Amino acid sequence: MSKPIVATTSLAGCFGCHMSILDIDERILDLFDLVEFNKSPIDDIKTFTKQCDIGIIEGGCCNSENVHVLKEFRKNCKILISLGECAIMGGLPALRNGIPVEECIREAYLEGPTVTLNKEGILPNDDELPMILDKVYPCHEIVKIDYFLPGCPPRADLIWNALVALLTGNEMDLPYEVVKFD
Amino acid sequence: MNSQLEKIIKKYDSDKFRLMDILIDIQAEFGFISKEATHDVAKELNMAVVDVEQTLTFYHFFTQKSTGKNTVYLNDSAVACMMGREEIKKAFEEAAGCKFGENSADGLIGLYNTACIGMNDQEPAAIINGKVFTKLTPAVAQQIVSGLKAGKNVQDLYHQELGDGKNAAAEVKSMVRNNIRRRGQVILNDFTPGVALKTKLSSMQPKDVIDEVKKSNIRGRGGAGFPTGLKWDFCSRSTGEKRYVLCNADEGEPGTFKDRVLLTERPEMLFEGMAIGGYAVGADQGILYLRYEYKYLETYLEKVLEDARKDNRLGKNIGGVNGFDFDIRIQFGAGAYVCGEETALIESGEGKRGEPRDKPPFPVEKGYLNMPTVINNVETFCAVVKIIENGGNWYKQMGTEESSGTKLLSISGDCAQPGVYEIEWGMTISQMLEMVGASNVQAVQVSGPSGQIIGPKDFDRKICYGDLATGGSMIVVDKTRDMLKDIVLNFMEFFIEESCGSCTTCRIVPKLMKDRLVKILNGKGVMKDIADLEDWAKILPVSRCGLGQTAANPIATSIKNFRELYEAKVQKDVDYDCGFDMNKAVQASCAFVDRVPNAH
Ligand SMILES: Cc1cc2nc3c(=O)[nH]c(=O)nc-3n(C[C@H](O)[C@H](O)[C@H](O)COP(=O)(O)O)c2cc1C
Ligand code: SF4
Ligand code: SF4
Repeated sequence: MSKPIVATTSLAGCFGCHMSILDIDERILDLFDLVEFNKSPIDDIKTFTKQCDIGIIEGGCCNSENVHVLKEFRKNCKILISLGECAIMGGLPALRNGIPVEECIREAYLEGPTVTLNKEGILPNDDELPMILDKVYPCHEIVKIDYFLPGCPPRADLIWNALVALLTGNEMDLPYEVVKFD
Repeated sequence: MNSQLEKIIKKYDSDKFRLMDILIDIQAEFGFISKEATHDVAKELNMAVVDVEQTLTFYHFFTQKSTGKNTVYLNDSAVACMMGREEIKKAFEEAAGCKFGENSADGLIGLYNTACIGMNDQEPAAIINGKVFTKLTPAVAQQIVSGLKAGKNVQDLYHQELGDGKNAAAEVKSMVRNNIRRRGQVILNDFTPGVALKTKLSSMQPKDVIDEVKKSNIRGRGGAGFPTGLKWDFCSRSTGEKRYVLCNADEGEPGTFKDRVLLTERPEMLFEGMAIGGYAVGADQGILYLRYEYKYLETYLEKVLEDARKDNRLGKNIGGVNGFDFDIRIQFGAGAYVCGEETALIESGEGKRGEPRDKPPFPVEKGYLNMPTVINNVETFCAVVKIIENGGNWYKQMGTEESSGTKLLSISGDCAQPGVYEIEWGMTISQMLEMVGASNVQAVQVSGPSGQIIGPKDFDRKICYGDLATGGSMIVVDKTRDMLKDIVLNFMEFFIEESCGSCTTCRIVPKLMKDRLVKILNGKGVMKDIADLEDWAKILPVSRCGLGQTAANPIATSIKNFRELYEAKVQKDVDYDCGFDMNKAVQASCAFVDRVPNAH
């Protein structure tokens, strides 16, 4: 039987969740025995080369490109997992959700205390650039998400247990320590 | 410091526990509460500025900017909308030349929304410069605005005769109507002030009073239904240097207005009931916590208090009973539904933001100023007077086994005879609908937004504890209404607006639920959305107070009783639809950076 195929991506996240995936330490070798990686920052494959079984998403959607990538994942993966607070709720980036997007752009490019070089007041509007969304959306408000793994980042053990459960079809082992956050 | 401001602060002895009164007077005097005034108040009351601001920003009727020389507060509760509020709103906006939430360019008129003002039986209604206007029409709205612009006194713009009963008294002069449709044996029956106080109490010890109230089996009429005798008993046993009797006249539950009618027609009875409470628990100070929306009754109620003092129904050695001293002051709120919750009410009465306290301790142990305190609804105090007059056994004969006595219902919505009805507990909803002249009924909202919305299959159920318990709000909804939009959505918006924000559950879940409901109403819903709503509703009971605990009820009970309305609106052949629209989502940012959206 061929190995299940996993893809991962980081959208509006800090890569902390991916760090946590790597934090399963030497078990990463077991993981490579168990699964094959496709599109992922871990192996630097940039585009899907085949249909995948599991897609792991870090971060929510703050721009049009995030939405595009997320929809690609939905198309190419049988199961999608929202990994971490940002993917599940928007997380830290969603702090801007209470502020009109115009104000955020003005602060970032024109009026913020660290804006010193943009003398001409240029705003990023090249067609090649992703377009900024009115607010940061959690993944499940864009596509259907099958599982949610909470934490910021979720502990390595939680990720490991979840993947093992998915791959073996066994019930997930969720001891108190791995879902306790403070 | 401004001399007017100085005078206001002096009037309340620079007492920080009277901050509400101080802010109310400043708002009335200057039309808003400025930064400077806030700083001056903080300094004089020896408080941090942020503490003053906490209170100031919590209440709807305190503002930090002017709300116009003349201010219109138009009710936006469900029944107001059912009775044609939208047309009135348009007429006001056209005439004033500004939108709701703004002042007109010349600053003459400010238009603002407000939650239920206790006039559901005579909507659409508004409070304009402190005066209540009922049964508005678009033409009347226009006349009012042009009158105000021409500098006329608001009272000269009344479009109706003065109301019935005491509404027409010189101290009230209001167009509000009582609409008393049915008088029962207890509260709306004949009443002579002072009989209980002067002829009964002299031969009763405080403990006898509590026993008589216990014998009557009366339960609190504010909604929660706690046995009144037991509450008084607890309070009388708690230790404290001083005790207080508070009356809850916040009447904020949309759809109730019976306390307003009692405050108009039975204030002597209410004050007598509070005095009896004072005698029973050993309190010499009473406070009537009155919602700001009823400020038009202030002068009148002060006069009733004054008359009671003159007649020895308040003051020292009341009714000739040696050492029975009791007096009452009126404490106004400033527009916050949550202040009807008893511990929030106490906080508010102490000049703070109306944030419910953790319980226990309950108010009977640590209430107002941390002293043992009894809090009861207006109607509860009124009923107690008759219980003392006629005995607990007399009272118990009425109603049902579990629910003794009578209950005032505030009935509004789609019926021929909206108004106040004093019924015996045990009446069925069908009987009630016949009594008020309602036909073609789709649903009845029992107990306001925090209660439940029921359909015909439940119309044989009884109004009583153990079945349909209620604080008295009954809203009839006929078959022409779009229930989910007209009622359920309006109520969810109400809870979101009125949450004090303390509990994460209450602050967030109702908003998420409302968004999901809107998605369903917009035709983007799927079956899973209905299941999600049911699941999320189960989270709310962990909230600290009754507001959050019941905030999902409009959606939860309408799904339970009218699931078909939801199912008719969701897409059956799709199992996921997020409702996300990329073009809409990038519109604002693209416009700001001057770029043509190229979403695909
Ligand atoms: C959000 C909220 C609002 C309330 N509003 C009122 C009110 O306007 N009037 C009232 O009497 N009780 C109100 N209550 C109930 C009070 O907390 C309290 O139970 C009642 O005043 C006790 O008086 P009773 O025993 O005579 O009913 C409210 C409760 C909650 C949770
Ligand atoms: S959830 Fe935490 S760790 Fe993960 S991307 Fe967001 S901020 Fe980083
Ligand atoms: S339930 Fe809501 S209103 Fe009540 S204390 Fe919590 S946040 Fe405040």
